[in-house]
Amino acid sequence: MSGNEPNPAATLQRATPEAQPRPAKAADGKRVDHARSAKQFLNAPEHAKSHDTRVWAMRTKRDKQAHTIEEWEELRELASQIKTHTLAHLDTYLEQFEANAKANGIHVHWAADGAEHNRIVHEIFTEHGVKRVIKAKSMLMEECGFRHYMDSVGIEIVETDLGERIQQLDGEDPSHIVVPPVHKMRSDVARLFAEQLGSDPDNDDAHYLAGAQRDATRPLILDADAGMTGANFAVAETGGFVVCTNEGNADLSANVPNLHVASIGIEKLVPRVEDMGVFIRLLSRSALGSPITQYTSHFRAPKQGGEMHIVLVDNGRSKRLGMEKFWSSLKCIRCGACMNTCPVYRRSGGLSYGATYAGPLGLILNPTFDAHRYSNLPFASTLNGSCTNVCPVKINIHEQIFGWRQVLAENGHLPWTKKTALSAAGKVLASPKGYRVAIKTTNSALKHLPRWALYNRMNAWGEGREMPSPPDNGTFHDWYRRNRLKNQAKTPNEGDSQ
Amino acid sequence: MSARDDILGAVRTNKPAIDAPAPTVPNYDNAYPQGADRLAALFAERLATMGGTWHALADGQSIDAVLQDVLADKVGKPFDDAVIASNVPEVAGNRPLTESDVPASVHDVDIAVLRARFGIAETGSVCFTEAELTVNAVAYLAQHLVVLLDPAEIVANMHRAYQRDDFVNANYTVFHTGPSATADIEGVLVRGAQGVRSLTVIPAPATPA
Ligand code: SF4
Repeated sequence: MSGNEPNPAATLQRATPEAQPRPAKAADGKRVDHARSAKQFLNAPEHAKSHDTRVWAMRTKRDKQAHTIEEWEELRELASQIKTHTLAHLDTYLEQFEANAKANGIHVHWAADGAEHNRIVHEIFTEHGVKRVIKAKSMLMEECGFRHYMDSVGIEIVETDLGERIQQLDGEDPSHIVVPPVHKMRSDVARLFAEQLGSDPDNDDAHYLAGAQRDATRPLILDADAGMTGANFAVAETGGFVVCTNEGNADLSANVPNLHVASIGIEKLVPRVEDMGVFIRLLSRSALGSPITQYTSHFRAPKQGGEMHIVLVDNGRSKRLGMEKFWSSLKCIRCGACMNTCPVYRRSGGLSYGATYAGPLGLILNPTFDAHRYSNLPFASTLNGSCTNVCPVKINIHEQIFGWRQVLAENGHLPWTKKTALSAAGKVLASPKGYRVAIKTTNSALKHLPRWALYNRMNAWGEGREMPSPPDNGTFHDWYRRNRLKNQAKTPNEGDSQ
Repeated sequence: MSARDDILGAVRTNKPAIDAPAPTVPNYDNAYPQGADRLAALFAERLATMGGTWHALADGQSIDAVLQDVLADKVGKPFDDAVIASNVPEVAGNRPLTESDVPASVHDVDIAVLRARFGIAETGSVCFTEAELTVNAVAYLAQHLVVLLDPAEIVANMHRAYQRDDFVNANYTVFHTGPSATADIEGVLVRGAQGVRSLTVIPAPATPA
């Protein structure tokens, strides 16, 4: 469309913005149908496009940041090694952390699961007569269903992260671990805030909306009886923990009320203060593509006149530690880079995963919580390995996704379409050579198969999207052999893992 | 305490039996400029990318004059009415802070003036502990922050920052990198999400107490 013509689509959009897609949620005890929910999301094309663009922008910014740091790959390796070391000695580091935290005057509690976490926090609140809590974003508390629990016992929770507050006011779960409302457009927020905060429904300027929320939340912050935060890292050497935010809302939650409760997953441990240099350099660069979050806050002891509690939560983590193929998923620092790079996540929106964790990390974490409910998720991947390539702690995400397919199949958790597809895929993917032959065949098949063969019910990823066109020059391996290998004296064996 | 013992027991049984020593973390600071001035220049550049303002004093200019220059049109009221809480001897301020202040009570502060414990050139961050803040909440409830930073107290990068002993000694140690920010609404960058709306850093050698 040329610049001079009026744009009817734009005018139309202002008058009646596209309604926010709300993918169906699986009922309790039912299997999440990711492909169906993703299709519902894609049925709102403006939202789908906005989501894809924004999420990809984060990935692009991440690459730029990574390229400015010469030692980036070394940092990833160090982060991975520190986490491996910590997890291999996790009992010792947990004990050290607990002893130091207690010596600093912090009350330390342990919770086996979400229910116990909620009960412990509820008890602390009851003891202190807490009616209103200001809370920073915490995926662990999402895991525990903490806000819903507190609703049911009549304690008001006020989310202080803007994105999480938007989701709370909308009665929706976060769709992204770093940017909870990334699936929403500003028109959705304008409508929501008009309803909930009384702002101008016709003003969808982000500055205006953020300001409206700031003004509405500030009195609640000043008047709160307790503050809650999660933690990005817990340092065994000091008994302290580290929280990273861009809004400073964790610092408000921790520093305004006298009572601070922090919920910390047991996998958040790092041994020493100096390890933090590695993780802080990686975290925000991987997450949002910024050099650091605006606030990096280290809590080691209660503030003067204050009281601090830590709840160390297991919720399946100690069990996962014993899974030979999957324990390294506990290295995850929740940066979201794997989500931002994932072609499936970008096109399906986080809510279609029906779980606390969406995207590639969701595929490998959620089945450990409920293998049946999340048995479809490990199939929501093209296994392209992009997630593994960006992961700052070098988790072999795509291999674990494939590993989960096998485990779920062995344990009889698969619907029949998946079973049929898997038995073939399993044979092919088991040998690198067979895989390459299959890729070649698939590429030529993609060119020549009739549409019905690609876009049918057996192929969940043919529904709602066009398959990418296969590269004209054959596979990457063909290209590599032609252009690179011929110049090399030594040719690797065909069977080498790449 | 049974949950504790159960969790630790399960971790002990399940932890991977691999020999994985803790790696040594290099400093990665060879490429950084030498000398306080050049490090300060890098700091200023990085601070700007995070939305902060670097404001060196002009000859004979007072810090009070900078406050007025930078913030007069941002405080939303006549500058003479602005509530200024100062924790530094260089600025008098009109709103004293004491350790016994109820944290929420400092919400009236328009401008808080603080001295940073140190700065980090890599990211343009300034560091505070409770000693510099007096009331921790003031660094978030104030509308604007003005920070004095001794250029001699700028370390090259994160690795150098974490070699300091603050994290072991202070109850609370925080890096601020520019003002509060969010991009949660359609990716549009908004400064002043929940915390301060602006952050100005003034290079100023520490005056001996
Ligand atoms: S799995 Fe890796 S990339 Fe994904 S959120 Fe975790 S740390 Fe980030």
